[in-house]
Amino acid sequence: METIAQMFTLPLLLISFRYATPLILAALGGVFNERSGVINIALEGMMLFGAFAAVYGSGVTGNPWIGVLYSIGAGLAFALILAIVCVTFKADQIVVATGINIFASGLTIYFLQVLYGVAGTSPRAPRLPSIRILGMRYNPITLIAVALVPIVWFILFKTPWGLRIRSIGEHPSAADTLGINVNRYRFICVLISGALAGLAGAHLSIGEFSAFVREMSQGRGFIALAAMIFGKWHPVGAFGAALLFGYAEAISIRVDFAFIPSELIRAIPYVLTIIVLAGFIGKAIPPKAIGKPYFKGED
Amino acid sequence: MAEENNYLLEMRGITKIFPGVKANDNIDLLVKKGEIHALVGENGAGKTTLMKILYGLYDSDQGEIYFAGNKIRMTDPQQAINLGIGMVHQHFKLIDTLTVTENIILGSEPRQGVAINYREARRQVEEISNKYNLKVDPDAKIQDISVGMQQRVEIIKILYRGADLLIFDEPTAVLTPQEIDELFEIFNSLQEQGKTIIFITHKLREVKAISDRITVLRDGKSVDSVNTEEVTEKDVAELMVGREVLFRVDKGEAKPGESVFQVENLQVKDNRGIMTVNGISFEISKGEIFGIAGVEGNGQTELVEALTGLRQIAGGRVYYKGEDITELSAREIKDRHIGHIPEDRLRRGLVTQFSLSENFILGFHHQEPYSKNIFMNYKAIDQHAQSLIQDFDVRTSSHQILASKLSGGNQQKLIIAREFRQDPELLIAAQPTRGVDVGSIEFIHSQLIKKRDEGTAILLVSAELSEVMSLSDRLGVIYEGEIVKTFAADEADEREIGRLMTGSGKEVKTGE
Repeated sequence: METIAQMFTLPLLLISFRYATPLILAALGGVFNERSGVINIALEGMMLFGAFAAVYGSGVTGNPWIGVLYSIGAGLAFALILAIVCVTFKADQIVVATGINIFASGLTIYFLQVLYGVAGTSPRAPRLPSIRILGMRYNPITLIAVALVPIVWFILFKTPWGLRIRSIGEHPSAADTLGINVNRYRFICVLISGALAGLAGAHLSIGEFSAFVREMSQGRGFIALAAMIFGKWHPVGAFGAALLFGYAEAISIRVDFAFIPSELIRAIPYVLTIIVLAGFIGKAIPPKAIGKPYFKGED
Repeated sequence: MAEENNYLLEMRGITKIFPGVKANDNIDLLVKKGEIHALVGENGAGKTTLMKILYGLYDSDQGEIYFAGNKIRMTDPQQAINLGIGMVHQHFKLIDTLTVTENIILGSEPRQGVAINYREARRQVEEISNKYNLKVDPDAKIQDISVGMQQRVEIIKILYRGADLLIFDEPTAVLTPQEIDELFEIFNSLQEQGKTIIFITHKLREVKAISDRITVLRDGKSVDSVNTEEVTEKDVAELMVGREVLFRVDKGEAKPGESVFQVENLQVKDNRGIMTVNGISFEISKGEIFGIAGVEGNGQTELVEALTGLRQIAGGRVYYKGEDITELSAREIKDRHIGHIPEDRLRRGLVTQFSLSENFILGFHHQEPYSKNIFMNYKAIDQHAQSLIQDFDVRTSSHQILASKLSGGNQQKLIIAREFRQDPELLIAAQPTRGVDVGSIEFIHSQLIKKRDEGTAILLVSAELSEVMSLSDRLGVIYEGEIVKTFAADEADEREIGRLMTGSGKEVKTGE
């Protein structure tokens, strides 16, 4: 009984935001690129590289905010590869993104070795300040993530820019006939998602912690994709799903269950995602042109 | 042709080469301001390519374009839009999940700060809608509105961008006779407001009915430009094909034998689980063509799929030569000599990345002599292909090329050859001449009649009303999954059928 009561406390809900932050950011990025018709399963690698770059930037300059900029730059750099190869040169998005993920994993381990001479954990670097809200300490990236939700919603659903992004993900040749440069919009959307994924990495390394640990993204880029799908490619939906996943993580870490392994609790959101994808709870319909490179003049 | 000045558009010497094909070969097209200009030609004559060049979707390899007296070079659609050229594509360029208004303003949205001013957008849509009498629901999503309304959305979309020259790529292909009349009224009102129209089609009756001048393309070349009133339909057809054409389908009286195929109260669900075939009953006799006319999407696809074993039947029974075949699989049905010409030849009729030889034996590949034990006998397969290519006049350089390399008409001939070769006693033909050139249509029609005269029972499903009317011995009109009325061929009236196809008079349900 006590255990169940522990699952529904205010502090637990509040701390969920911290666990959900990287998921929110990467899922919002995912909403951008998938709405424009590009799949980005490289969110994971971008997040990981962003986490490393944040520690490096923060350590070198002594200023964690510079670290944040580094993380965004790192996400952008990987996104640029994805955009050039997949949007401009129309290569297979899954294959390239998988390559980026593997590359990110190897590259960060290599840098740990070369720059710090360690194999697992980097030296400590200055971390972001924390702010107290309702008695809970948050780093600024969490606040940025939450603030971005309505902003992304506004951009996608209220501005010409968003209308165009949504249209090229559904029917790129229709947008093209109206003079919209399909591949330019896609390029920009991929860059945005890279920047957000990189920022998510900074949250992990210098937001909640103050060092880089190898493979510290732990599949969160993929979980963010699941949140995006669970949220039906809608920024508010993705936010809700990310929060749910964050909540499950919080429970599994903070609540002590006598007889249920915490790993099982953590698995609940993913089981939910599978159920959603299988179409049991409403249908999650992806943008129609997703994953397909656009060639001019096609129908 | 001396005074050039009254031409709004001059395209001169346009050449466009795709790998292996000269799609446009030195084409001239001259369009006067304020006229309705028909651009006609068979499939593959280069009409659509020429218009895509004009609209900036393709770049031409040679040639010059003058618009309103100025030489232009189109590099992208935005430029065409800026010049006042708009295009209604054959496959509508609409985004299903967005609203009518959003589709119209996309790309040139009225703004208020950084946001879209939806109020203003809606007002402008309504203004154009009223001015040209183009009825639309500004707030409906595209996926929820009729094809006719979708076309009106397309027209508003280009008027919204201030188009003076409107290009229509086969606009009537998807419309019912009533909707075609409405479209032509729209054409007239556009013309009265000073707009110029280029209208691509291969339906000559429409050319005669609405156009002022005609340019004919054949094999990528411009053959001639004529004033509509000075020529007959037959003249234009001959310019298009390059030889004399038989217009009517030459067919003798049907001599129906005993009834071989009975469908009783058939019910079929579509992919969404909605009952789209709702209690259809009919029978077909030996040596008879039974046609089903109707606007696409009224259950024809599901009906044909159910009858050929590709889709589960939800209710009712199907009998073939006294046997209940309701529950049989596609192969079991095929093994009973029931031929199927599928409506979508690229999805269901062919494996486009296989050779012609291989395509000719699809469905019989497990039978001797084409295969034995676990081996294919390519010698027999190739011989088979060569003889069918001969007999059915499939125009190809070899039986070894990929099916994707054939033109639509020749692909269709391949399928017909394959299905006819097994001597079907029942043939289910869905849209047998869709997207096929005039010459091939003639050939396919005569083959169908020949099969009928040999005693085959034929079910013909077609969205082309004139095709159903000219080939069928009896025909039924399908609307929302029901056959609302059946006619004998000689008492069928095009107007009445058109009305029934769109649902008016649904209650006057009569039997045989």
